[in-house]
Amino acid sequence: MPQYLLSVFYEDDVEPPPPERMQQIMNDVAAHQQEMHDAGVWVFYGALTDASSATVVRADQQTVSMTDGPYAEAKEQIGGFTVIDVPDLDTALEWARKGAAACTWPVEVRPFLPA
Amino acid sequence: MTASGHDIEATLDEVYRREVGRCTATLIRVLGDVDLAEDAVADAFAVAAQRWPHTGIPPNPGAWITTTARNQAIDRLRRESRRPSLEVAATKLDDAHDHAPTTLTETSGAEVLDTVADDQLRLIFLCCHPALHPDAQVALTLRLLGGLTTDEIADAFLVPSSTMGQRISRAKSKIRDTRPAYRIPPPERLEERLEPVLATVYLIYTTAHAAGPRDGRHRDLAAESIRLGRLLAELLPDEAEVAGLLALMLLTEARAATRVDDRGQLVLLADQDRRRWNRDLIDEGHHIVRACLALNQPGPYQVQAAIAAVHADAPTADATDWGQIVDLYDLLLALRPSAVVAINRAVAILEHAGPPAAIAALDIIDPPHSHRWHAVRAEALRRDGRIVEARHALVTAVGTTTNTTEREHLERELSRLA
Repeated sequence: MPQYLLSVFYEDDVEPPPPERMQQIMNDVAAHQQEMHDAGVWVFYGALTDASSATVVRADQQTVSMTDGPYAEAKEQIGGFTVIDVPDLDTALEWARKGAAACTWPVEVRPFLPA
Repeated sequence: MTASGHDIEATLDEVYRREVGRCTATLIRVLGDVDLAEDAVADAFAVAAQRWPHTGIPPNPGAWITTTARNQAIDRLRRESRRPSLEVAATKLDDAHDHAPTTLTETSGAEVLDTVADDQLRLIFLCCHPALHPDAQVALTLRLLGGLTTDEIADAFLVPSSTMGQRISRAKSKIRDTRPAYRIPPPERLEERLEPVLATVYLIYTTAHAAGPRDGRHRDLAAESIRLGRLLAELLPDEAEVAGLLALMLLTEARAATRVDDRGQLVLLADQDRRRWNRDLIDEGHHIVRACLALNQPGPYQVQAAIAAVHADAPTADATDWGQIVDLYDLLLALRPSAVVAINRAVAILEHAGPPAAIAALDIIDPPHSHRWHAVRAEALRRDGRIVEARHALVTAVGTTTNTTEREHLERELSRLA
């Protein structure tokens, strides 16, 4: 079956929610992950540290350079992602809308190229 | 059966209009690929153009086209494909239809590939998938369900053909890459998924309507949107908004012949020759509006249809029940707030309660203001005797409209105020 990447985006200039709200969001996200497990569609999940912790590596034949910070100079950055294995886009979008409701941030849905 | 070349051509044209969407919809289900289905259907019509003058029109032309298209697809896959996966697809197709017609006139009985009415519904939900840009939804609907060429669609929406071509091919790529389901949405998502479908069909209609009857292609577009509206109403009989949209288009279309005069100039509703309104369309629209009321699921298309029905009911402009129209606009504004609705509500208030109330209704609408806001305000000011202010408002309206027919109308109004 096709696999889809569900990426959660956050905006780095937006104040994070207060701790008790944050705890609620974490619980909702965990429950959503469990639901995908139980449905047999879950492939992978990972939450990321802040985008400011990223390092970009560039390499050509001669030289390698490293720069501090994320590659995309955007305020919207990926905060975490899930890979799911489902029959079609519509099913992926259904999981994404549940995910977006749980984590409160926008979720981008993108298919993997067929293996 | 023998028929003249001209008859055959006219029949082919008519079969194309009626069947192309249905055939494409079925072929997409069978082949699982939009481009392949489109090419196969085009091939089948080309074969028909060659054969029908000799063999006559087959008894079920749509089934003939669909079956021929499937055979053409098998040939095409065999001919073009070096990739094993496509070869497998072609073999499977062939196996599934072991008794495929061997000659092209043989299209009766069990050998005919079934066209399921639901296929067209699947296709319109695919074309209007929320993952596609609204512009692409409209373009794909006209292309795949209406069988319009890229040039024709580009023409209707006043964009360069290359732009429209890119829009369509980008949408098709997205469908290919993301693999949306080819099915009717489940009941709990139906209402949500219908919204872009209805918006698309209505946009096709309003685009045709705005252009006026000067252009034959736009008339075709109006006919196509009404055909789609009827198809949706037939396939989704319990959806009140689907019926509402059809009624709205029919009641608006009933006035189409009187909307522009012989010189192509816009004629306002109040000045239209009501004897030339199409009574059949009005009766059908009324009938649907009444049936909607029984379903008791009010929605914006039904309310707009009800407004059109009140206008259609009035034997003269003066006899219009403006009070009822104001009430309906209040309801519409609550259901679907927008500046356009608020301006139309102000027009109804102008007729029902007079200029000061209408000006007050206009002034609570947030800027930036459209040419129509300025034009309606000009009319209210004129009726209130505030001629200088009315002139100012009209000049602004003329300067902000992009529609030629409308600008000509506003310029005439302006010259009358001099």
